[in-house]
Amino acid sequence: MEHSALRMENITKVYPNGVVANRDIVFDVNRGEIHALSGENGAGKTTLMKILFGEEKPTGGTISIDGKEVRIHSPQDALELGIGMVHQHFMLVPSLTVAENIILGIEMRKGLGIDYPKAEQLVAEVGNKYHMYLDPKAKVKDLSVGQKQKLEILKVLIRGAKILILDEPTAVLTPQETEELFAELKHLRTQGFTIIFISHKLAEVRELCDRITIIRRGESKGVFSLDGITDEEISQRMVGRDVQLSVTRTAAKRGDVLLSVEHLTVSEEGGKPLVDNLAFALHAGEILGVAGVEGNGQSQLVDAITGLAPYDNGSILFNGKPIRHNHVKDIRESGVGHIPEDRMTLGIASGLSVTENLIADKTGWDSLFNRFGMLDANRISSFSEEMIKEHTILCQDGSVSIASLSGGNIQKVVLARELSSEPKLIVANQPTRGVDVGATEFIRKQLVALRDKGCAVLLVSSDLNELFGLSDRLLVMYGGKFAACFTDPSLIDEQTLGRYMLGLERQDDDEIARSAR
Amino acid sequence: MGVFEHILSFQFVAMWLRVATPLIFTSMGAVICEKSGVVNLGLEGIMLSSALAGVMGSAFSGSLFVGVLTGMAMGLALSAVFAYFHLVLKANAVLCGTAINTFAGGFTVFMLEVTTGEKGNSSSLKSLAFGSWDIPVLKDIPFIGDLLSGHNVLTYMAFLMVGIIWYLLYKTPLGLRIRAVGENEDAINSVGISVKRVRFIAIMICGVMASFGGMYLSMGYLNMFVRDMVAGRGFISLAANAMGQATPIGTMLSALVFAFFDGLSNILQLLKIPSEFVQMLPYAATIAGLVAYSIQKTHSTRKKHGLVRV
Amino acid sequence: MNTKSINRLVDATKLAMIVLVACLLVSVIILLVSEQPGVAISSFFLGPFSSLRRIGNILEGAIPLIFTALAVTLIFRAGQFSMISEGAFFIGIMGAMIVGIAMPLPPGLHPLVALLVAGVFGACAAAVPALLKLKWQVSEVVTSIMLNYVIQFFVIYMVNYHFREPEASSLASLKIAESASLPGLVPGTRVHLGLIIALLFSVATWFFVFRMRAGFKIRLVGDNAQFSHYVGIKAPAVMVMAQIIAGAVAGIGGGVEFLGMYTRFKWTASPGYGWAGIAVALLARRNPMLVPLSALFIAYLNVGSGIMARSSDVSSEIVLIIQGVIMLMIAADALLQNWRQRLIVQNATA
Repeated sequence: MEHSALRMENITKVYPNGVVANRDIVFDVNRGEIHALSGENGAGKTTLMKILFGEEKPTGGTISIDGKEVRIHSPQDALELGIGMVHQHFMLVPSLTVAENIILGIEMRKGLGIDYPKAEQLVAEVGNKYHMYLDPKAKVKDLSVGQKQKLEILKVLIRGAKILILDEPTAVLTPQETEELFAELKHLRTQGFTIIFISHKLAEVRELCDRITIIRRGESKGVFSLDGITDEEISQRMVGRDVQLSVTRTAAKRGDVLLSVEHLTVSEEGGKPLVDNLAFALHAGEILGVAGVEGNGQSQLVDAITGLAPYDNGSILFNGKPIRHNHVKDIRESGVGHIPEDRMTLGIASGLSVTENLIADKTGWDSLFNRFGMLDANRISSFSEEMIKEHTILCQDGSVSIASLSGGNIQKVVLARELSSEPKLIVANQPTRGVDVGATEFIRKQLVALRDKGCAVLLVSSDLNELFGLSDRLLVMYGGKFAACFTDPSLIDEQTLGRYMLGLERQDDDEIARSAR
Repeated sequence: MGVFEHILSFQFVAMWLRVATPLIFTSMGAVICEKSGVVNLGLEGIMLSSALAGVMGSAFSGSLFVGVLTGMAMGLALSAVFAYFHLVLKANAVLCGTAINTFAGGFTVFMLEVTTGEKGNSSSLKSLAFGSWDIPVLKDIPFIGDLLSGHNVLTYMAFLMVGIIWYLLYKTPLGLRIRAVGENEDAINSVGISVKRVRFIAIMICGVMASFGGMYLSMGYLNMFVRDMVAGRGFISLAANAMGQATPIGTMLSALVFAFFDGLSNILQLLKIPSEFVQMLPYAATIAGLVAYSIQKTHSTRKKHGLVRV
Repeated sequence: MNTKSINRLVDATKLAMIVLVACLLVSVIILLVSEQPGVAISSFFLGPFSSLRRIGNILEGAIPLIFTALAVTLIFRAGQFSMISEGAFFIGIMGAMIVGIAMPLPPGLHPLVALLVAGVFGACAAAVPALLKLKWQVSEVVTSIMLNYVIQFFVIYMVNYHFREPEASSLASLKIAESASLPGLVPGTRVHLGLIIALLFSVATWFFVFRMRAGFKIRLVGDNAQFSHYVGIKAPAVMVMAQIIAGAVAGIGGGVEFLGMYTRFKWTASPGYGWAGIAVALLARRNPMLVPLSALFIAYLNVGSGIMARSSDVSSEIVLIIQGVIMLMIAADALLQNWRQRLIVQNATA
């Protein structure tokens, strides 16, 4: 019954900046199975799948489909071979409709133009067949996250994909949407489809998958049936040692209120409030976690507090002084640091060196410049050396281009920069996303250390482990409002948190108001 | 006749349309390019080179048709070079475009000198030109006939192009892909279509449009090639595209607005204004138009918010 | 070999390749169109070195290019694409001319004030597209190009109506006072003090960009404007600052060119140094210290083509063709990328 649908043999991939993403990997998947591909962030799973889908060319190795060796030079080749990929970040065109997005590239024609009625019919047909229903005329920008994902899956199914690759599909779904997705995938399995499920969420992998292949540091650590392996054994192979799934920390010593937010409202152009009348206070010496499915106002909240975006109503006071839009310099000087969600576009200047990135927020510091506005080369380089050592940033020296560092090391540079400006409040937005386990541990320890020194930390994260492990108090955002505030997060579990995140449950407003302050 | 009366005459409308023709052609090309996500600064150079190529082609073959083919071929060739360097060799689009313009400036005069021995214009060549079209029946209708009939063939074609480009963008598969590529490259990649190929096609279509814009100048507006005759019209077309928000109709209207000021400057020559200021007018008007459009856009986004922003 | 030295090697090779291709292209074109290819080729490549006067032509031709290239370097480093250096240069000429004609001053002071005024005029010109972008997000690319045309006609109007030499047959301005001219440097050539000024400006610009706080901010903004805003830099203000300084440099360049080489304004159109400056800046990899070398190379090509045009049947426009090709090749980031990739792979897996 076991029939190899896909076999990748001795795959090696070396990137232009010298990073070896895949080294001699063997990856074998049977037809009609749901196969997990797991590994920590940056282990090489995504690279391997990009090679399979033709988005990257391997430096060495072969790929065989149904026993026959093939060459995959482009996504087109992959689709023709029946391989379809559903990416982590959606690849849809927001201003076009569902139907237009689905038929993109395989448009049905009437004369010179597109046959729209036929396209809409197609959407209805496949919706029925695979139990994924969507309105063909709806514009993609109006769809929910779950619906967009359905659209992505339909896109590949329509193109004849028999092997589906899903890259961290549940990263942006609530627990309930995840259940729906799993039901759909299991249904597809019964219809003979092969599914490669990339995820490091072991609970989900156990629920859904048949076998698991583990990747670590670009190499395969083996393929196992999920019945015959424990979680500890899996995480050992993923990181080579027992993963500390929680960070040890002592109880928080809460001090005075540092950040006070009242009646905060941020509205969209259509008038819909993205942040709706929020009120909370953040004290010195505590880590306040913010949970929530992406898109419920967290980014707007972070941007308002860090001065990167305006807010329409309410007040944000830091140490009694109001935080105003576009006064980023003043806000930083008063002691607010920000670890941004997207470090590559917002957190670094990718064309400059590590040193230059480390001092980028310190152009106002007189200690680094002399009287005439000149850079003090000595002071700057010794500062840079110190930072590199203190934060164990892996690089030759400060003068190398920051783009040549790995994701985890880049995040360390961001952290080093922000922390070295001695902030009293750090806003950390997904601080360990896309970062390897070693660096993740380091960063989390740093945040706890900060908190122990009396700093306040606002931790926005979609990593529930991280939230449970670090937060002294935990807020849940839903629809721009707080759905809950837990003063002792250890008292609740993941499933409960999920219900609040989806708005299925809400704490009483007074209770939230009390706990949030 | 005073200036005002001049404007309200049929001759002015005719001149207005004459001046607008190259702008409409080229700006339609700019629309396609922009929709696919490419800023084509080289329109100026493509227009100039095609203007010369068309003249030389028709002069040496004795056929207008061959002249047109030569002009189009030149537009396609330069566009292909632009596309290759920008898409394949990853050169910055602004720099590529500027390079093409510099190249064309030298290349056209060089070729002119090699073939005719002159460096100023191609008057020694017997090149052909597009004629005007007196539409049967329509031309005899009073007022409407004077207004709509008798314009250059290419002028009618330019307006036709607006419709064709509109249909292409919004009703055909190619247009769908072009719009998708400009908005989200990844979407195109994910369905196995080459982003480069779609952009390449868009750039080539743009090149053909611009080549007609150029050919009209030397084979319609004038009957010969004059060095540097494009005089910034390629850039004005880009401005029209920006003001028209990369939509065919909006861009056509913007092109007409800029052409109006260009035409106005011809009339103002009659007044005792120094000729340099008159010559300045189209360019200053373009700046003013872009600024006016941008002010309006900024204000409308501010108004939409309504609430006071902190 | 580490990554840094790999990059240096590949970049140097790319540059050499471009120069080689440029020379080859010139030769091929000559062979195709000329009846006396030998004369044409030798006068193009060797002509500029054939006499002291001609070597002087290279030096004097490089001077305006250095200024406009420095201006372009500043603008590009700030991530902007304003093409205003052409217009700023031309209006700088006008500024220097006005002071030279209408403001009598003692010898040392006269050129200084003239250049200052030239710089101010250039800065004002550059400020227009910069401020329009700041206030209303109008793209600086098109506005700057349009403004170049407006400036061209305006300057000619000024000369024509307010400073015209009545006895000249073609357009020429009144003569500037002798006290305003820049002294010559090398007898037997027309090389003037402007060369020293240009070199000083190159060093100063390098220093500004790489060793000063303001220059660091410009580089941050140019690399990633969003990031610069996030670290508290007022990116829009920095962008405007960079363009205004660039305009001043280009304006001074215009003044230097005018005061060093001419006694009357005789242009009928903008001379095109701004556009050539882009090629020079690109060739110098936006490094102010390399700009003089790059300017010398382009000036060498210009002089060569001029000599060739006068002694053979190939016209001087060939140099614009070459410039365009050079610009394309330099802008092509992916050129030699495969080789670079292979070297890095070898380095990583060794």
